[in-house]
Amino acid sequence: MKARRTPAPSSQNKAATGISGLDEITRGGLPRARTTLIVGGAGSGKTVLSLQFLVHGARACNEAGIFVAFEESAERIAINAQSFGWDIESLTPGQLTFIDAQPDANVVRSGDFDLEALCAVLDHAIEQSNAKRIVFDALDVVLALLPDAAARRRELYRIHNWLLVRALSGIMTFKAGVDETAWITEQPFGFLQFMVDCAVILNHSVVLGVSQRNLRVQKYRGSSFDENEYPFLIGRSGFELAVIRPIAVLAESSSSERVSSGVERLDTMLNGGYYRGASIQITGFSGTAKSTLAACFAEAACKRGERTLFVSFDSDARELARNLVSVGIDLDKHVESGLLHIVSARSIIGSSETCFVRIKALAFEHEAVCMVVDPVSTWARSVNDLTAPTVGERLIDWSKANGVTLLFTRLFDDVSTEIHVDSPLQISTLADTWIHLNYLVQAGERNRGLSIIKSRGTSHSNQVRELLLSDEGVTLADAYTAGGAVLMGTQRWQKERSERNEAESDEVTRELMRVRLDSEEAELAMRLKSLEIELHAKQVEKALLVRTTDARIGELTRERDHIDELRGRDTPKKRGQRRK
Amino acid sequence: MKPKRNTHFLLYVAGDGPNSTLALANLNAVCRSRLKESHSIDVIDVFRDPDRAIRDRVFMTPTLIKLSPQPTIKIIGNLSDRAPLLRALGVAPDGT
Repeated sequence: MKARRTPAPSSQNKAATGISGLDEITRGGLPRARTTLIVGGAGSGKTVLSLQFLVHGARACNEAGIFVAFEESAERIAINAQSFGWDIESLTPGQLTFIDAQPDANVVRSGDFDLEALCAVLDHAIEQSNAKRIVFDALDVVLALLPDAAARRRELYRIHNWLLVRALSGIMTFKAGVDETAWITEQPFGFLQFMVDCAVILNHSVVLGVSQRNLRVQKYRGSSFDENEYPFLIGRSGFELAVIRPIAVLAESSSSERVSSGVERLDTMLNGGYYRGASIQITGFSGTAKSTLAACFAEAACKRGERTLFVSFDSDARELARNLVSVGIDLDKHVESGLLHIVSARSIIGSSETCFVRIKALAFEHEAVCMVVDPVSTWARSVNDLTAPTVGERLIDWSKANGVTLLFTRLFDDVSTEIHVDSPLQISTLADTWIHLNYLVQAGERNRGLSIIKSRGTSHSNQVRELLLSDEGVTLADAYTAGGAVLMGTQRWQKERSERNEAESDEVTRELMRVRLDSEEAELAMRLKSLEIELHAKQVEKALLVRTTDARIGELTRERDHIDELRGRDTPKKRGQRRK
Repeated sequence: MKPKRNTHFLLYVAGDGPNSTLALANLNAVCRSRLKESHSIDVIDVFRDPDRAIRDRVFMTPTLIKLSPQPTIKIIGNLSDRAPLLRALGVAPDGT
C-alpha cells in the first residue's frame, strides 16, 4: 500500500524537515541553500518548527545547524524542546549551536546601526561547526530596533545575501498578527515575501474556546507544493501536520480491502466485513447493544494492531471498558498497549464544531486508523448553531479523506418509532454501511435483531439475525421466520428443537424404507436367477428336440427312396413336370 | 590622578564600515567636549575578534559599552543622536 509512502529522499535542492506532512506538501522539504520565511502569531509554533528543522538536519541529514535566538534565551528554548523528546543534549555542540542574540532590554539607541557584528559572529560559528542550516528566530525583534523602514530593509537584505553567499538553508521567523492581509501590506516586511524563496504561514486561532492550528505554504519558488491550509499539532514529538492522503492512493487502498466487524457472522453477512476507509452507521434504540457492536469493531482493529480512537459521548473510558468485559471484550489490554485511546466526549464542552475540531485533533494525535463515535446523536442534540447539520457529514468526509475507517452509532430515542430518515444529522445517506438494531417483542420476550439496511458495493444478506450477547462474546444467530414473523429467543429455540425432532424421525423412516427396498431387491434378484436357469433348461430341451426331429426326417427320406428304388420308379423330376 | 571619574569605553565596530567610522568620530567628539575627565576607549573589530563579540553579546555594530563607572551601559548605533547618548552617560544635555 502506498498510503504511508515516505517523502522522496530529499532531492538535491530540498532540505528535509523531518516533519510528517510538511515534507510531503513541499515535495521533500524546504529549499536548500535558500531562505524560508515562517510567519505566524505568538505561540503559533514558529520556534518549534524551525528547531525541529535543525534537529532533523543534525540527526538525520548530517547537516549541522545554528539557532539564533532573538526573543527567548537559548536555555529556555532548549528546556522547552526537552518535552518533545528530541534529546537535544545528546547532540554534540557542533551539531547544534545556540546563539543567544536577545537585545538587552535596557539598550540605548543612538543613530543608525547594522547587523555586521551578527554576520561576523555567525561566520565564526560556521567556521567552527561547518553548519549547513541556520534559523533566525524572531528576526522582527531586532529589526524593530532599527530607526526606519529603509534601515530594516537594508538589514534584511544583508542577512539574506549573507545566507545566499554561504549557501545555507535558512529559516527566518517573523511574528505577525492573525490577520494575514495586514501582514502582507504592512511595511517594512511586505517585501520579505518577494525576497524569500519559500513562505510558510502558521496561524493559531481559537474557535469557540478550542485552539486550532493551521499551516499553509504560501509560496515556493521553483517547486510545486500543496497550497491548501492543513491543520497541525504540536504533539508529543513536536510539529505534526495533518496531511490528507492523495485521493488516488485512497481509492486504491479502499477499494478492495476489508476490515473485520469483530463479529464473525456479521463479516459473513457483509461478504467479508466492512470496507477499509468506509463509514459505518449503526442505528438502534437505547440498549440495543450499539456500543457493544462498536466495541467489537474497535477490539478487532486493535487485534490487527491498528491504532484506534473510541469517542464515547455516553460513558467515561473506565466505565465503558468495565461494561464491555461482561460480554467478553477486553479493551483495557489495548488501552494499556497504547493502541486504543478512549475519549469521553462529555468532557468536551462547547458546540458541535468544538467537538468536531477536538475529535479531529485527537484522531490525528493518536494517528488513528479506525475510529468509533458513540453515539453521534448526542452530538447533534447539544447543538443549535448553523453548522450542526453538516458536522456529521464533515466527519464522514474527513475520515474518508484521511483513510480512517469510521464507525458511528446513532440513537433513536423513541422505541415506537420506525426508522426516520429526517434525523437532525442527515448522514444516513452518506454512510456506506448501515446496520440497524431493533427490539422484537414476541411471546413476552424482548430480543435484539440485527439487519443490514444497506452496504454499498457489497452483496449482503437481507435477513434479520438475532444478536446474542454472552460472556463469550457477541454472536449472531439465524432467525426463524414463521407465518411472516421472525422468531427469536425462546421461540427460536423451540422452533429449532422441533425441527431437530422432525429431522430425527424423518431419518428413522427413511432407514426403514431403505431396508425394505433392499430385501425386495434381493428377492427379485433371486427370482431372476431361477428363471434364468429354467430358461436354459428349456433351451437345451428345445435343441434336443430339433436334433431328433431332423434325424427322423432324414431316416424317413432315405426309407422312401429305398422303397421307390425297389418299385422301379420314374425320375421324380418327370413326375413333377407332368403335374404341371 | 582622577580614578573616580575615569570612564572606560568598549566600542565594537565592523571593520571600517560607515557607521563604525562615524561612531568613533562621534564618540571622540563627545568625550572631548563633554567628558573633561580621563577616559579610555578600546576599539574592537568584530571581524577580528568574534569570540569577544559573542561573549559580550554584541550582534549589532556599532555597539558602545560603557564599562565603568558602573552601571554598565550598552548603546547601539553610530552615536549621531546625541540626546540619548548624553542621557545614558549621565551628562547634562547640550546647551545647558
